[in-house]
Amino acid sequence: MGAVNLDILLQQILNGLVLGSVYALVALGYTMVYGVLGLINFAHGEVVMIGALSTLSVSRLLHNVFPGLPGPAVLLFSTLAAIPVCMLLGYAIERVAYRPLRRAPRLAPLITAIGVSILLQNVAMVVWGRGYHSFPAYVSTEPFQFFGATMTPVQVVIIAVAIAIMAGLMVLVHRTKLGRAMRATAENQSVAGLMGVDINAIISVTFVIGSALAAVAGVMVAANYSIAHYYMGFVLGLKAFTAAVLGGIGNLGGAMAGGLLLGIIESLGAGYVGDLTGGFLGSNYQDVFAFFVLIVVLVFRPSGLMGERVAERA
Amino acid sequence: MADWLDKVKRNPSARWIGVALIAAALATLPIVAGEVGGRGWVRIVDFALLYVMLALGLNIVVGFAGLLDLGYIAFYAVGAYTYALLASPHFGLHLPIWLVLPLGAGMAGVFGLLLGAPTLKLRGDYLAIVTLGFGEIIRIFLNNLNAPVNITNGPQGVNRIDPISFGGFMLAKPLDVLGFSVPSVHLYYYLFLMLALLVIVVSLRLENSRIGRAWVAIREDEVAAKAMGINTRNIKLLAFAMGASFGGISGGLFAGFQGFVSPESFILMESIVVLCMVVLGGMGHIPGVILGAVLLAAMPEVFRNTIVPVQRQLFGKIVFDPEVVRMLLYGFALVLVMLFRPSGIWPSTTRKRELAS
Amino acid sequence: MDRSRAVSFTLVALAGFGISGCGKQEPPAEAKQAAAAPGISELVVKIGHVAPLTGNIAHLGKDNENGARLAVEEINAKGVVIAGKKLKIELVGEDDQADPKTGTVVAQKLVDAKVNGVVGHLNSGTTIPASKIYADAGVPQISPSATNPTYTQQGFKTAFRVMANDVQQGKVLGNFVARNLGAKTVAIIDDRTAYGQGLADEVAKAAQAGGAKIVAREFTRNDATDFRAILTKIKGEKPDAVFYGGMDAQAGPMAKQMRQLGIKARFMSGDGACTPEFMKLAGEAAEGFYCTQAGLPLERMTDKTFADRYRKRFNAEVQIYSPYSYDAVGVLVDAMKRANSVDPAKYISELPKTSYSGLTGRVAFDEKGDVKNGAITLYETKQGKLNVLEVVGGSTDTPAAQAARK
Repeated sequence: MGAVNLDILLQQILNGLVLGSVYALVALGYTMVYGVLGLINFAHGEVVMIGALSTLSVSRLLHNVFPGLPGPAVLLFSTLAAIPVCMLLGYAIERVAYRPLRRAPRLAPLITAIGVSILLQNVAMVVWGRGYHSFPAYVSTEPFQFFGATMTPVQVVIIAVAIAIMAGLMVLVHRTKLGRAMRATAENQSVAGLMGVDINAIISVTFVIGSALAAVAGVMVAANYSIAHYYMGFVLGLKAFTAAVLGGIGNLGGAMAGGLLLGIIESLGAGYVGDLTGGFLGSNYQDVFAFFVLIVVLVFRPSGLMGERVAERA
Repeated sequence: MADWLDKVKRNPSARWIGVALIAAALATLPIVAGEVGGRGWVRIVDFALLYVMLALGLNIVVGFAGLLDLGYIAFYAVGAYTYALLASPHFGLHLPIWLVLPLGAGMAGVFGLLLGAPTLKLRGDYLAIVTLGFGEIIRIFLNNLNAPVNITNGPQGVNRIDPISFGGFMLAKPLDVLGFSVPSVHLYYYLFLMLALLVIVVSLRLENSRIGRAWVAIREDEVAAKAMGINTRNIKLLAFAMGASFGGISGGLFAGFQGFVSPESFILMESIVVLCMVVLGGMGHIPGVILGAVLLAAMPEVFRNTIVPVQRQLFGKIVFDPEVVRMLLYGFALVLVMLFRPSGIWPSTTRKRELAS
Repeated sequence: MDRSRAVSFTLVALAGFGISGCGKQEPPAEAKQAAAAPGISELVVKIGHVAPLTGNIAHLGKDNENGARLAVEEINAKGVVIAGKKLKIELVGEDDQADPKTGTVVAQKLVDAKVNGVVGHLNSGTTIPASKIYADAGVPQISPSATNPTYTQQGFKTAFRVMANDVQQGKVLGNFVARNLGAKTVAIIDDRTAYGQGLADEVAKAAQAGGAKIVAREFTRNDATDFRAILTKIKGEKPDAVFYGGMDAQAGPMAKQMRQLGIKARFMSGDGACTPEFMKLAGEAAEGFYCTQAGLPLERMTDKTFADRYRKRFNAEVQIYSPYSYDAVGVLVDAMKRANSVDPAKYISELPKTSYSGLTGRVAFDEKGDVKNGAITLYETKQGKLNVLEVVGGSTDTPAAQAARK
């Protein structure tokens, strides 16, 4: 291969940033819950899926009742309707599947999480059917030029939303009373309880906020790819979980960094490693690159990029 | 129930009667199952036995040594592909089973070491994601090593694998004994049963050995174990290698039984299913793990056979899609069992005693 | 010693479980047969159908099952008489979850249930291991959609398919891209499934034979939604055409993302993406898309009302393979009629002699069990519709020929 085409390189980096923001949005939810409870909420990906599909249903309804409503408004209102659905779901999952197991062996909640995941997938299959749904372009997916590369408005929105949510969460965790209670719970549940923190309430709130984020993430994913499906949460959740661990699970900034890094690795890996290895490792090894970087990072930094075992955990 | 069990245990003659009854039950199981339910059930039992071996292998890593492994199915894949590549027309090699099966176990063990080495320092959830990644890496390589040099035949999989045979005796053909024809699935059952029993015995011996106690020590407190003079590095690597080799044996048997392997059989969900078996049954407790494996392997099939007739009975027609109901029940079962029995259906009593004191 | 006791008891539990599980079986077929209609007695025939009804291609699996179900219901309503008895077909639908192991379990289950024939499975990956079980039991199997050549190359007398295989379809596509479109450079993507990779390799071969150059060979997964990285790489190679070997759920978003990235190349795919689902998911980006379907187009099918009947019965659109599963049932019944028997051992010898006028064209099998000279239809998308561009191969079914058969 000859010289690197700069337009293509810029496009690949942009691709990676958008994909990474998608991962980061979902990873933030994982990391929130992990930070407070030390629990991998495997069902998070399914909450993302429920968020996307219920937004889709509400938006169809809105579109029928108020045909004149502009696209972004439809999306905004239907997302606002989907958020409480996911919040309620998150609350219920914690209450039913995790809370009774808080003192149980470490792997028990992992298995209930898998069970909940299977349940949610199949419920979604009953409610929304087996088929793929086309997600209407409420925010334009028409491309525009950006220094020789192309972007779509929806991608700009995704990056902006991811950054805004991360910033909002940071403020919440580090500047508010609720955040302080969360950090205290993360540090030591029983001591925090003795200090007058209502542990159960804090954990519920964490789940509810995490699920609200999942709803937003689901909408963003569906809008970006114009597609929604009952199975979409599984792969996405897995990638986001990888991103969260890469960044240092439990750390908000880490989830963002891990997400973006993972997105860029996948993008550049698929784009260039094939040429670098003379075609031996092509884009079929995209996920291998990502996991390889993850393993290397964890060998040298066993708690992830930004995961320091201090009060920094959200 | 427990009293009754204890009484039987203490009485030596009752014990022997018990062993004899169990042996008889296991020996006649395929015949009874085949007569009552059809050969499909024997096949399900065959797969359940493969899962018993898998679950016992994973139990060494997760249950004994306390290392969370989400990519365990990779070792099953390594065993299966070792068999498939060395005994099929793909490379024109037809090595005998007594060579291929140990080789598969050995290969899987080597891969276990490969996984173990870089992950020694990792704990808990970090280990989980790395093992998950490892499992995916193995699957991706199997799925793509058809170019530039065709090694695994890629997504097409390896077909026409030699059926398991000993000398000239083929398990794939019905065997005629005194005028009775013993079907092939039954023959596989007896082979799998013998190997499963072997794996069980090895597991039991390991558990009470120096190594087994070292694993448990690491699980309970790695730092303390190290302080007591346990070489934690070697002992952990041994856990990965041992666990992996069980998976390798099971994989080899799978390849010979199915006659066809392709990367779709080794997806992440399979690793999760095996982990569920171990945890649901009772992590670290061998009878519990066996129970978990049998239950989870058979449950979807039991549902498959009962949902339609039950609905016909209740409503007179099929109201709910049986596939959906099956998976819903499966999900419910996972959640409910864990909620009511957080340490598994049949947890170890010794461990309970330790925790209580 | 205590421990070994405990193990023994587990095994008892195991044994007991297996036995109790076996008790819950459906009543045997003979019981149902007894309840025959007055006048002419009924002949109950069980036809098995297998496809994934859960997982990410569950929608296609259901489509297959619907096709077979419609055929069964129509044949039952029509009243076919075999050996002096009225045929009553029962469809035994099973889910193989697109998993090879589950595929063999349900295959064995169907064999146990003494099905007289099987329509399935959907994926090549489940069809191949299951075919061995049907072959051992002597149960004829017709796959409506497994396109991997290996399936019929195993030498089983029971294995048939009514769909053109990857080699046949790949040739047509590769030829078309090199000769008709005149593409000099082609980029090929596949989803690393047995189907996608098999078809993509055949297309690449045929396109090269036609004089085109393969400038990029990229890969994705069958559960992916983001293709921008590989598409950007392809953009750098500036190909005239891009071929994707895979399913509609990926091809739809892929078409959109190609457009967003400003790739001007022609986009094409095989039968897995030649569906209404693709049109829905790709939206405007579907314009100018080429794809093939094995068999005749719906509107050129001998029975043009199929799509309407299907819609009326299931309240859903025909996806891809339901006309083939419909025909597969027809072919089985046709062979039973000619043999005047529903016994697999008897009517299986009639299957290779099949010359059946189905929805998807004339169905006849070659010596391996592949559909002979299967028609392959090329489509082009124009104004949001899949239009027939060309039909390659396939014997035309003239009214005279039809009359001669009757």
